[in-house]
Amino acid sequence: MTSPRTGPGAPPGHSGKRGDSVAVATTTSASAKARAEAGKAVRPRNEKVAYLFLSPWMFGLLVFSLGPILVSLYLSFTNYNLLQPPKWIGLQNYVHMFTQSQLFATSLVDTLEYILISVPIKMIVALAIALLLSLEVKGIGVYRTVYYVPSLIGTSVAVAYLWQQMFGPDGLINKGLALVGIHGPNWLAEPRTALFTLAMLQAWQFGSAMMIFVAGLKQIPESLYEAAIVDGAGRLYRFFRITLPMLSPVIFFNLIMSIINGFTQFTQGYIVTDGGPLNATLFFALYLYEEAFNFQNMGYASALAWFLLVLVGVLTFLVFKFGSRYVYYES
Amino acid sequence: MTGTLRTRRGIFLAHAVLIIIGFFLIYPVLWMVFGSFKPTNEIFSSASFWPRHWTLANYPQGWNAIPGLPFGTFILHSLLVSCLVSVGTVLSSAIVAFGFARFTFRGKSILFGIMMITMMLPTQVTLIPQYAMFHYLGWINTYYPLIVPAFFGSPFFIFLIVQFIRGLPKELDEAAKIDGCNAFTLFVRVILPLIVPALITTAIFSFIWCWDDFFSQLIYLNSAQKFTVPLGLESLANAVAQEEWGPLFAMSTVSLIPLFLIFFFLQKYVVRGIATTGLRG
Repeated sequence: MTSPRTGPGAPPGHSGKRGDSVAVATTTSASAKARAEAGKAVRPRNEKVAYLFLSPWMFGLLVFSLGPILVSLYLSFTNYNLLQPPKWIGLQNYVHMFTQSQLFATSLVDTLEYILISVPIKMIVALAIALLLSLEVKGIGVYRTVYYVPSLIGTSVAVAYLWQQMFGPDGLINKGLALVGIHGPNWLAEPRTALFTLAMLQAWQFGSAMMIFVAGLKQIPESLYEAAIVDGAGRLYRFFRITLPMLSPVIFFNLIMSIINGFTQFTQGYIVTDGGPLNATLFFALYLYEEAFNFQNMGYASALAWFLLVLVGVLTFLVFKFGSRYVYYES
Repeated sequence: MTGTLRTRRGIFLAHAVLIIIGFFLIYPVLWMVFGSFKPTNEIFSSASFWPRHWTLANYPQGWNAIPGLPFGTFILHSLLVSCLVSVGTVLSSAIVAFGFARFTFRGKSILFGIMMITMMLPTQVTLIPQYAMFHYLGWINTYYPLIVPAFFGSPFFIFLIVQFIRGLPKELDEAAKIDGCNAFTLFVRVILPLIVPALITTAIFSFIWCWDDFFSQLIYLNSAQKFTVPLGLESLANAVAQEEWGPLFAMSTVSLIPLFLIFFFLQKYVVRGIATTGLRG
């Protein structure tokens, strides 16, 4: 078969764009013509076979993604509690969300603050450790393993309770601070420190971002550094003029993924602080959950879901537009 | 001379920094695991992770904290759900990935683009209609809402496997066709055996994510008899008296054992998965 496929190295969003004719034209072997004819003869059936292979995903897409997205758009204009049929109320949910709901604004501010604290720390630590690991010191595998452990278990309920104990009034952190003579606060009882505590839990899981940076650093051609050293460039110069620019798509990718991730955080806010104190950790996902399942405001929660969809849509667009150079292909 | 000294000192410094950071990073985990062998009052009296008085009492206490529902029940439920999700994800994602990687058809680039976009879709966006749908199907408080969607392909893993298949030489397909393979036999006899590493990565991550997933399980399961590990831990925390951290640490440790086992024995597949697709961890 001469079915064209884009070679490794093409960004995912653009695969297969070249179309059939180009691929047939580029086949230069002696049997090209015969194969092309055979391809033509088989293609209609072949296309059906392709759709057969795709059918599980296409069914899932309709039933579990696209369908629900459209239904939730409709529900967002209704009053719906699951037991009675939805009642059309026009834009009321959106009006409530943007102009009346104090909690919506609170949850947005909490989530943004959480992202603003955790994401920069996470990125900087991940990059710093990735650079250290790229020195190719011995035992790199062991370090990588240890540093990835928090990412492996960080979203579990077990770790959420661990965090609750650690930052409790008599927890590990305050015991540690007492050793150096500091009387620690009651971390989870103060709005400021409670949010900070959860942001630390997020930053603690820098392992996956670190691994993506390690992979990205390996892609930077060694020759660039060699040329710079010949030109007498110092360590800092090389970092800011070679490493950072070459790595920028990866940094961008990590950044956007972390922001999207921030908007979907649920477990930590639910278990560790239950949204409190004084709604200081009422994350967006937690707010949506409470509206939908504690108060049965399914219509209003659908409007919240659509707000999230638009937000994630914009961020995703940015990833594909500016970050598409980053996709690490391993052969 | 000075050059080698400097690099040697540099390497020593790098090790020192890596070890110190690693120790602080992992300390909470040590605190919890070793804390599960301490009497509860010792958890609050010292910042050292090493127990002064070793005890195993926390384990039976945590295991049997909820009357009639030993912790093993939750583990069995979680294993059941996570294994089925893992199997479903591997099977369906491999099939769909083969379709994307080895066929030409109309609308391919659009469909692939749609799949890449849905990769970013948060659970919350489709949550309410899905919940309503499962409600009308009578699936609330069953494992179906957790398991069934896994059998329809997962974008992350489809992408991962597509990448892997694209790395296989196209000549393989040609040779197989000459030997009389059709698309299905090509997939089952030639491609599947070659993509086993990618399938293992898929199996591992779908298992881990399902094992860790609290949100869906909280929403869809509401009777304690059906609870999984995350929900069991939450009930345990509510059942034991305030400040009874020993039993909770013990069962928390138990709940993480499968993840540690998978990670330490199958680490290279985990690393590959993260590096290839930028998986969120």
